[in-house]
Amino acid sequence: MNLVTFSGPPSSGKTAVILKTIESLHDRGLKVGVVKFDCLYTDDDLLYKKVGVPVKKGLSGSLCPDHYFVSNIEEVVQWGLDKELDLLITESAGLCNRCSPYIKDVKAVCVIDNLSGINTPRKIGPMLKTADMVVITKGDIVSQAEREVFASKVNTVNPDALVMHVNGLTGQGSFEFSTLLFDEDEDINTVKGKKLRFSMPSAMCSYCLGETRIGEEHQLGNVRKIDLGDSGV
Amino acid sequence: MYSKIEIKNTSIEEIIKKYPYIENFFKEQEIPIENKSQTLNEIFKNISSIEREDIVYSEDETAEKLIQYIKNMQEFLGVEDNTVKNLSILPGKDKEGYAEKYEKLTIKNGEIISIVGPTGSGKSRLLADIEWTASGDTPTGRHILINGEKADKKWRFSGGKKLVAQLSQNMNFVMDLSVEEFLHLHAESRLIENEDQVVERIIEEANRLAGEKFSPGAQITGLSGGQSRALMIADTAILSSSPIILIDEIENAGINREKALKLLVGEEKIVLMATHDPILALMGDRRIIINNGGIADIIKTSEKEKSMLKELKEIDSYLNELREDLRYGRELKRNNIFSLYDA
Repeated sequence: MNLVTFSGPPSSGKTAVILKTIESLHDRGLKVGVVKFDCLYTDDDLLYKKVGVPVKKGLSGSLCPDHYFVSNIEEVVQWGLDKELDLLITESAGLCNRCSPYIKDVKAVCVIDNLSGINTPRKIGPMLKTADMVVITKGDIVSQAEREVFASKVNTVNPDALVMHVNGLTGQGSFEFSTLLFDEDEDINTVKGKKLRFSMPSAMCSYCLGETRIGEEHQLGNVRKIDLGDSGV
Repeated sequence: MYSKIEIKNTSIEEIIKKYPYIENFFKEQEIPIENKSQTLNEIFKNISSIEREDIVYSEDETAEKLIQYIKNMQEFLGVEDNTVKNLSILPGKDKEGYAEKYEKLTIKNGEIISIVGPTGSGKSRLLADIEWTASGDTPTGRHILINGEKADKKWRFSGGKKLVAQLSQNMNFVMDLSVEEFLHLHAESRLIENEDQVVERIIEEANRLAGEKFSPGAQITGLSGGQSRALMIADTAILSSSPIILIDEIENAGINREKALKLLVGEEKIVLMATHDPILALMGDRRIIINNGGIADIIKTSEKEKSMLKELKEIDSYLNELREDLRYGRELKRNNIFSLYDA
């Protein structure tokens, strides 16, 4: 089985890109399944079901979705093997832009959109910096110049990544993208023993443990302070 | 080119001297450079764990990414020389699997080709084949040749230089910048040398195309539809790295379409135009008829058709005058070109 991890800011078009790409993969007779990771709510699983794609969703609730991802990925891989998939896709939204779910030696795709602003490539950190492929969406509604500038920013932040434009609405570019996702020779039976590409945050503070009161005396553990210069307290 | 060990132990200053654009790399990577005489190795030695976490990459990874960045940029700069003189499309098959009935379509730069066909007929697929420089590996089985040869795969994956630039009615500017700032940003990403002159020229050409003029200090998001279109066309013609331009249904966009096409063609671009506007279609040298996923025919614009252009333009300018009259609250007047209906 092949495994690909998709990641990207909320509403960047991950699901639309994956759906269009699966159409092309189906044309090649491949069996594709998806596991969607989200925080509080998603009904994207219904969109996958509608086109006959085996799908599971995982809601992390009060936990960080990427931490939840790592704690569950092995079980998810076993589910995919059980369903006899040729390709298993995991989809997760990066929320704080600090974690990224990419695993060493497992294909990693970051989806980001042209509308998100010129400094976004710089802002989203490990999710973009450690990806193998970057898919840029929503190119049909911004100018050619903005597309070129945005792509060049992505290239500056992650020069190794393969950059592609895919339109999640019309599917333009999705066939081409699909040819890069599946590799005959790849066969993953487990991700046990593999490692994340980038560590999850080491921070652990009183608020992680349920503290709700505000004030210095309630702040324990790993605390970082904002630099307000002279005007600071 | 530096090796990984060399680049880690060369001062930032020295690397910048050789490759000036890498300053941008350090800025985007947020690497804290206090002193440019330091090497990457020295910088990483003094970095705090918080800064290290923000950079994401380790010292080795940063060196590798920097080398890759320089490689990409050198390639990007080099590609300007090997221009696309012509593009050929070799036939594949339509949706039913029947072979397309033409031999080989070669389009030279400076040529305008119209693409016509109903929605869903395969116009987008044709464009995608060109953009992907298909070599029998897309659903149509078409092959794309550049300058008569099998196309280099580099066109498929590069971030900055795509084979096809696109302009369509639905596109808008979304950045919060003035016209001037915006053009400088674009020019910077293209590593253009005479930035100021190029920016000035784009604004001048755009104003020539637009009905109403705009100033360099105007916000791009505040431009009218016609002004935006004019700026997009002038910018794409002059600054875009793509040798092929696809124009998708730019109909009555409040710009001088004839001048726009001339500008694009004058910059040695290959212009493909998906349109059902007879005036635009007749400005093309040939038109590709798409049906059922395949190229059904290629028609050369005949002299007889071209002679119709004059009357079509007259009707068009009549309509435009009426629009202007409406806009300025004048009474509509009948044009004498319709006097033959007055029997």
